[in-house]
Amino acid sequence: MADTATDQAFVEFERVQKSYDGEILVVKDLNLSMPKGEFLTMLGPSGSGKTTCLMMLAGFETATHGEIKLDGRPINNIPPHKRGIGMVFQNYALFPHMTVAENLSFPLEVRKIGKSEREEKVMRALGMVQMQDFAGRRPAQLSGGQQQRIALSRALVFEPELVLMDEPLGALDKQLRETLQFEITNLAHDLGITTVYVTHDQTEALTMSDRVAVFDDGRIQQLAPPDELYEEPQNSFVAQFIGENNTLMGTVSKINGDRCEVTLDGGEIIDAKPVNVSEVGQRTRVSIRPERVEMNKERLQPDVHTLRAEVLEFIYMGDIFRTRLRVAGNDDFVIKTRNAPDQVRLTPGTQIEIGWLPQDCRALDA
Amino acid sequence: MAEAMLAADGTPLKRSLARALRRQKLRALALIAPLLLFVLITFIVPIASMLFRSVENEIVANTLPYTVEALADWDATGTDLPSDATFEAMFYDMFIAAEAKRHTRLGTRLNYETTGVSSLFRQSGRRMDDVADISYEPLEDLDKAWDDGATWYALFNASGDADQALLSEQRGRVARLSGSDASADINFAPDAQAAALLPLAAREYTAWAVYVATQDNRDPAERDPWEAVAPALVTDLQTADLSGYSGPMADMLRTAQQANLTVPNFTREFADMDEDWATLEPWQTIQTHAGTYTPGYFLNAIDAQKTPEGIAWQPEEKQILLTLFGRTIWMSLLITFSCIALGYPIAWLLANLPMRKANVLLILVLLPFWTSLLVRTSAWKVMLQQQGVINDVLVWVGLVADDGRLIMINNQFGTIVAMTHILLPFMILPMYSVMQTIPPSYLRAAKSLGATNWTAFWRVYFPQSVPGIGAGSILVFILSIGYYITPEIVGGTKGVFISNRIAYHISSSLNWGLAAALGTILLAAVLVLYWAYDKIVGIDNVKLG
Repeated sequence: MADTATDQAFVEFERVQKSYDGEILVVKDLNLSMPKGEFLTMLGPSGSGKTTCLMMLAGFETATHGEIKLDGRPINNIPPHKRGIGMVFQNYALFPHMTVAENLSFPLEVRKIGKSEREEKVMRALGMVQMQDFAGRRPAQLSGGQQQRIALSRALVFEPELVLMDEPLGALDKQLRETLQFEITNLAHDLGITTVYVTHDQTEALTMSDRVAVFDDGRIQQLAPPDELYEEPQNSFVAQFIGENNTLMGTVSKINGDRCEVTLDGGEIIDAKPVNVSEVGQRTRVSIRPERVEMNKERLQPDVHTLRAEVLEFIYMGDIFRTRLRVAGNDDFVIKTRNAPDQVRLTPGTQIEIGWLPQDCRALDA
Repeated sequence: MAEAMLAADGTPLKRSLARALRRQKLRALALIAPLLLFVLITFIVPIASMLFRSVENEIVANTLPYTVEALADWDATGTDLPSDATFEAMFYDMFIAAEAKRHTRLGTRLNYETTGVSSLFRQSGRRMDDVADISYEPLEDLDKAWDDGATWYALFNASGDADQALLSEQRGRVARLSGSDASADINFAPDAQAAALLPLAAREYTAWAVYVATQDNRDPAERDPWEAVAPALVTDLQTADLSGYSGPMADMLRTAQQANLTVPNFTREFADMDEDWATLEPWQTIQTHAGTYTPGYFLNAIDAQKTPEGIAWQPEEKQILLTLFGRTIWMSLLITFSCIALGYPIAWLLANLPMRKANVLLILVLLPFWTSLLVRTSAWKVMLQQQGVINDVLVWVGLVADDGRLIMINNQFGTIVAMTHILLPFMILPMYSVMQTIPPSYLRAAKSLGATNWTAFWRVYFPQSVPGIGAGSILVFILSIGYYITPEIVGGTKGVFISNRIAYHISSSLNWGLAAALGTILLAAVLVLYWAYDKIVGIDNVKLG
């Protein structure tokens, strides 16, 4: 599941394990390799080990086992201040007793850079986030979004090649978050910096990243570009964690290459694409995205199985309609349809027939 | 919108808001009223009374009213003794003061200013009767009736018009002298005619009558007056014109006048009593400190004193208080710095440990609070004395020779050690609560930006912990500057604080005025330091949590 190390890997985790108490492994056998310039997001529920990984990379935690390499050099024994990694924290961590300019100047001062050069770099870094006018303010006089911009430019001012971001937008409101997501990705790509971004917000992960590593239970469950992650989840955790998802339980009854038939617990038969199943008789959890469910029989392939469904609820959401159905004993089966002029609005109690393209329905681990 | 906003019921919105708020305010006031009263009674009032006591000086004018009056025009910086009239006034003041046993108190008060006044007053008080007898005995020899109280009563008690002015004047004199009420009804009023004819005798008799009636609860008609009335009468008779007098005892008065009895020479009598009366010093002291309010106690508190020539330093051997103030402040600073040095790492550890461990450690920090202050201080005595635990260990280890045991107690070292220990929690707690609010991510951020551990601490963590240090320092410094028990027990003579001196003046020397002045200076010093701290660091930067 994890990427294999490549020659041009810039950041590498090799069989990294981490335990805090000697009993439970928070990070279990982590292997990860990032090329230079990549924007990689670590996504996962809290306690999944993603922040621990970030802290090990930054040097604030030591790996219990395994090796972390930066640009080919093992950095396990290098203290954080010598790693030269920029970092943006969730609570911004701007030093409250210093002005914005002093905050930005701090990493340059400790690097013993001359005053004039310092000032020039500080103004340039502030310029990158359009905050030149705020150089003399204290962090407390800035809004959350402004603080995060400053924190970002502080992490970039000493021109690190790797920047780590620990849920940097977690405390901001939705609109600001979206603006900043855009700004951060643009900046990262323009400057060519390698970025490791930690978040538990899947939208953020999908919109910003080159690749997303989905963490759960101390392991990377899937490492893939956003579209692949959404459309081709490798296991039921990823399928359920990323986006909205309908699941049905059943048993594989027939396998034929990249198509299989699954007999649901109620006896209905559906078509699916085998992903985590390999033989007949295996228990499986099939997963189908709400927007891939089709109600119009004419658009389905003639030979596919269909299911009967009863409309339980119709929710008007503006751009889309969300219809909740009872399908094969599952009351939470949701379909999403676009608010198109010819789209019917289903009333509760209506009996309909639904189906899907076999490749959109993935038979995953139970 | 010129029109006022109206509430739903039509009353102006502002008024109904004010009414609603007033009810809230009253409720809040009712809730804090008990505490407010408590603070007022136990804190504000004592402090105000202490401030007042440090300048209050009524005792001189109350005890020696006529002397103070007679001395008013005397040039204390000259070489001449006060006039004979002053000595005469002194006699009558002193006589009644001695009868009321107030002269020793005044002596004690004036002794704070001039050593020896106390014994001068005490000894002279006893001799007043002898001086009075110089006139009393010849009078008695002249007519046995003068020895009878009834004679005097008949002479001065109002048969015609009463001199109410004289009566109320003497009531005031007695009240001020004795410090108690003298307005009760008495079976006496001075006769206006007798008072006009014999003013001094009438004055002294009235004073006596008021005194026995209000202070001793006796009927002046049935008692013999003090002997002081005799010299007063004899003095009056020398100038009185009895030709038109037809009141009581007219014949006896005429006989006495013709006998031409001698008035005591008060100046000489006082000089005979004690040669100090013939020097300028006691008189200068009385005149200098005659005022109702005096800066004298404050001057004493800074080793100065008020003299006829102005303010002057105390003699060298009496100058101890400024040194003591300096030592108190210096040692308090040392204690504060020791507390910072010892407390900072502990507070840091507490703030960075997991909650459960931090709580256990915190209990250890607070443990001293559960032990009596006296016990802890005494324990230090056991630890530090020359035959104590530390010295024993040092001798046993061989670091110190048996005959060269360290002196660690009854000096400044002992006080600093014991007080640092006792005040340490007051430093740790505010520092801890401030450090708790500093997120660890600041240090991480600093390190990720390239700062070494030390730079990260010094440039980022330390500045943010300063409010805690400030709060702890103010607390410890203010507590230690007024500390009493510990310096008293382990301080010896070199390690005591100004508060020990205050306690001495309160309980031993009974010089409450000086104690109050010292306390006031201490209070002012703390306020000044507080103000200075506010100017330098800013009181907003002080956080107790």
